[in-house]
Amino acid sequence: MRRYSVFAIAREAMRYHQGWERAWRSPDPKAEYEVIVVGAGGHGLATAYYLAKNHGVKNVAVLEKGWLGGGNTGRNTTIIRSNYLQDPSVAIFEKARSLYEDLSQQLNFNIMFSPRGVLMLAQTEHELRAYRRAEHANRLQGIETEMVSTARVKELCPILETGGPRYPVLGGLWQARGGTARHDAVAWGYARAASDLGVDIIQQCEVTGIDTAGGRVRGVQTSRGAIRCKKLAIVVAGHSGVLAEMAGFRLPVESVALQALVSEPIKPVIDVVVMANTVHGYMSQSDKGELVIGGGADGFNNYTQRGSFQHIEETVSALVETFPIISRLKMLRQWGGIVDMTGDRSPIIGRTPVEGIFVNCGWGTGGFKAIPGSGWGMAATVAKGEPDALSGPFGLERFAEGRMIDESVAAAVAH
Amino acid sequence: MLILTCPCCGVTGEETEFHPGGEAHLKRFGPGSEDGEFTAYLFDRKNPRGVHFERWRHAFGCGKWFHAARCTATLEVFGTYSARVSAPPEEILAMIRARRPGWEASA
Ligand SMILES: Cc1cc2nc3c(=O)[nH]c(=O)nc-3n(C[C@H](O)[C@H](O)[C@H](O)COP(=O)(O)OP(=O)(O)OC[C@H]3O[C@@H](n4cnc5c(N)ncnc54)[C@H](O)[C@@H]3O)c2cc1C
Ligand SMILES: [Zn+2]
Repeated sequence: MRRYSVFAIAREAMRYHQGWERAWRSPDPKAEYEVIVVGAGGHGLATAYYLAKNHGVKNVAVLEKGWLGGGNTGRNTTIIRSNYLQDPSVAIFEKARSLYEDLSQQLNFNIMFSPRGVLMLAQTEHELRAYRRAEHANRLQGIETEMVSTARVKELCPILETGGPRYPVLGGLWQARGGTARHDAVAWGYARAASDLGVDIIQQCEVTGIDTAGGRVRGVQTSRGAIRCKKLAIVVAGHSGVLAEMAGFRLPVESVALQALVSEPIKPVIDVVVMANTVHGYMSQSDKGELVIGGGADGFNNYTQRGSFQHIEETVSALVETFPIISRLKMLRQWGGIVDMTGDRSPIIGRTPVEGIFVNCGWGTGGFKAIPGSGWGMAATVAKGEPDALSGPFGLERFAEGRMIDESVAAAVAH
Repeated sequence: MLILTCPCCGVTGEETEFHPGGEAHLKRFGPGSEDGEFTAYLFDRKNPRGVHFERWRHAFGCGKWFHAARCTATLEVFGTYSARVSAPPEEILAMIRARRPGWEASA
């Protein structure tokens, strides 16, 4: 891999940019791999990268039915924060957030991490108390997060209407080290770095069946033929139920649609991320000037990657109430992604009933922020064949054990 | 957007008039059952890509529960039927087979 640098840009500028090489290889699948990862979203690619980087497991393929990053990773609104409530969540989200800080240098790919700060508005007494609780929990966990006054909210985001009338802003939970990153770049950066370490990324290759014998995984059937493997990592977000069915088990996961939209580009008006969970909307501004807007998820099982009108209306009206200056803006695009929801709103990472098959799913509406930490923990789990400190609490067995990691309060809105 | 017809009151409305209630026809396992069965009943879901049977409530109408047969990949609604059955009735299965030749109901 030829490294990207200021010198590379200068060199290519002198020769009409003809020397850039492809960012990742596109090999034909081999007959057998040590590990097959299904799904080239951020989590699958990060898993493959850390398998090769941290554990020396390089005989790895990532199989993707479409194009890499074309699932939720390329459809999300890129909020990154780690001020969750429960210890295991905070551990993995903070690991991810801290890995994000120098990920551009690690991957030699500009993922445009922007720690601009994430502000969650408290607009009811209940929310105020819940955030205070999160602030106290975070202090014990060593996470920097802070309750701020309404005046400070206004200072951080002057275009915010704090006076109501429906839901006046009573305060906010502020994580200064949270922010955003470029979603495609995260997928591309991991793909390029993983490919460089020897990982085969095979796009347009849909897994259509899983071969098992004697309770052990043997390989997969794909649109490009059968491929054998010793271990299989299923990292397909919204399609987890479909892959689990191929392998003969069920997951405590339901797939629903979550949508987002962007406005026409305007001059800079907001330099933080604002989440208004009570009215169900959140907003940040991209470097291009578009306002990136998200809201709530649908309530029923859905595999169509589009949204619904009532949620656009709900989200937009919530945001017009919160940010009156956007009322005349046109919306440019709208799209949906299929998110994998668990009952306790925490992910599942770990072993499955089939020997050799591992699953990483259930990140639901908030897994972009977790990509580096999730890949880190998943790689350790797959390499060692057993859970590690980061991923251990998120095992599938927690449901049978009644050991929920309840984040449904802390993460009341989809993000 | 889904258009559903409530079999209880006969009103046809769009999805905001209804409330989704999750997978239908779950077999209840209570005290005395195996741990595995109880866990599966509480947590594990089919979550299929394709034909799905669900519970819905006519929340902003007559308020009653009913069942719907629907495709999660296309949002096509095959039909709705009474909440008082533990399996989809034959006429609903026929409607699904007419639209999805070769479809088999899974366990
Ligand atoms: C609208 C929206 C907004 C969001 N906003 C945020 C946010 O602000 N912050 C945040 O942290 N998170 C957010 N999320 C959630 C986040 O996007 C996801 O949790 C995360 O991207 C999941 O990554 P993944 O790699 O697990 O899945 P994906 O990126 O979906 O990748 C899974 C891949 O598996 C592939 N696949 C599926 N089936 C097969 C098969 N049979 N064979 C081969 N490949 C297969 C798919 O094509 C896909 O590319 C949002 C999600 C959506 C939809
Ligand atoms: Zn009715």
